Amino acid sequence: MNTVESSIRSFLGKYVSDPDIDADLDLFASGMVSSLYAMQLVLFVEKEYGIEIANEDLDYENFKSVNAITGFITERQ
Amino acid sequence: MQSPGLSLKDSNRSTTMDFELTAEQQSAKDRFREWVDRNIVPVADEHDASEETPPELIANMASAGFLGGVISPEYGGGGMDALTWGLLCEQVGRGSASLLSLLTVHGMVSQVISRWGSDQQRKKWLPKLASGEVVGAFGLSEPKHGSDAGNIESEASLQEEGYYLLNGEKRWISYGMTATLFLIFAKADGKMTAFLVERNMEGFRSEPIRGMLGFRAAGLARLVLKDIKVPAENVVGKPGFGFSHIASTALDLGRYCIAWGCTGLSQAALDAALDYSGERKQFGKQLNEHQLIQEMLSDMIVNTKAARLMCYHAAFLKESGEPSMLLETSAVKYYTSRVAVSSANSAIQIHGANGFSSDYPVQRYYRDAKIMEVIEGSSQIQQIIIARSGYQQHLVEKRDRAAKVNTSVTSDPQ
Repeated sequence: MNTVESSIRSFLGKYVSDPDIDADLDLFASGMVSSLYAMQLVLFVEKEYGIEIANEDLDYENFKSVNAITGFITERQ
Repeated sequence: MQSPGLSLKDSNRSTTMDFELTAEQQSAKDRFREWVDRNIVPVADEHDASEETPPELIANMASAGFLGGVISPEYGGGGMDALTWGLLCEQVGRGSASLLSLLTVHGMVSQVISRWGSDQQRKKWLPKLASGEVVGAFGLSEPKHGSDAGNIESEASLQEEGYYLLNGEKRWISYGMTATLFLIFAKADGKMTAFLVERNMEGFRSEPIRGMLGFRAAGLARLVLKDIKVPAENVVGKPGFGFSHIASTALDLGRYCIAWGCTGLSQAALDAALDYSGERKQFGKQLNEHQLIQEMLSDMIVNTKAARLMCYHAAFLKESGEPSMLLETSAVKYYTSRVAVSSANSAIQIHGANGFSSDYPVQRYYRDAKIMEVIEGSSQIQQIIIARSGYQQHLVEKRDRAAKVNTSVTSDPQ
């Protein structure tokens, strides 16, 4: 597990009972996260990695799973 | 970035709490208070009675830099930090809840365009919103859907010509009779989407809603949207992200403004109660010498102080970009709106029959406070959020404590 994935799982651990989930599990479709989670994730990525998420980044594929978020952050770093 | 003057932790010492304002924040607070005392307090009851806000007062607020508070200086705004913006909302809320709602909805539209708008949208609208040339309003609620906002019935469909055809109805829109730019939510081919809709678009109609219990000067309106051709470039963010990101961003700012405004409203009720109980005599002594009156006054004082401290904490989280701020604004809006109702209720009780009279502002405070428990997410919606997140936090802490115990047991040679 790389450091980005580790930090995402640590963040996710605040919102789900078991953050040790399949890295490809669709967090939104699974119903594991609340309606506030989407914006909390945006704030986390911006604060933790200094990445500004803008309107053009609003793509479900960027945020739907641990692997998707890791890929998005890695690509933008 | 940490808000200056609001350091809750000092890394050089164990833990300190410092709620002192910076010189700039104190100066801004003094300016806001004086402005509200001069321009809002003397006319708030009159506007409540006439159920309108004069356009010149809105223009004055814009000239004072209040409408552009959350907008970056790059676009002509004030670029206020979260605490300064909160202090403004507190003072305006102390003067008039209706005008607080103007700051709130105008701020929500400004914040959404700043945060999620395209470059073109930012350049086109933010300077006008900052100057007050354009007043913004927020259109989510509908006749059949208030708290259940995810199931709104307004619809838009993308046409081959490159525009959306928008149809629907919105209700309880603060300053809907005044605004010229509306952030409207609709299902675009089934996906929740936010649109910028202009008053002058063909098919747009607004009708006043009168006789409300509170927010009487807020120009509440019913919006009728019939076959409006909305250019595709007026979509904010992307289709499908209207609720999760756009409305969430707006509502977070809205709840934050309302929370500070409720603190101001509670302070206004307290000030009125202190004035009245310090002047009026019953049974040969001032009201504030009676212990049962003192009980009410002390609760108002302590509750208002607690509300303000929660607002300070929310300001700190907002300024530092903490993901937890979304939960905190929900909690602080819930608490401060309850405090506002409680303080206004006590203020009326202390005033006795005078409290029901239009000769005193406390009846307005009470009517306006009650609506705070409904707007930008009712208290019951906030309670769902607070209780669920509280339980989740409990489970996480329990899990983490258990993991630490297991680790220490495993590493213990005994």
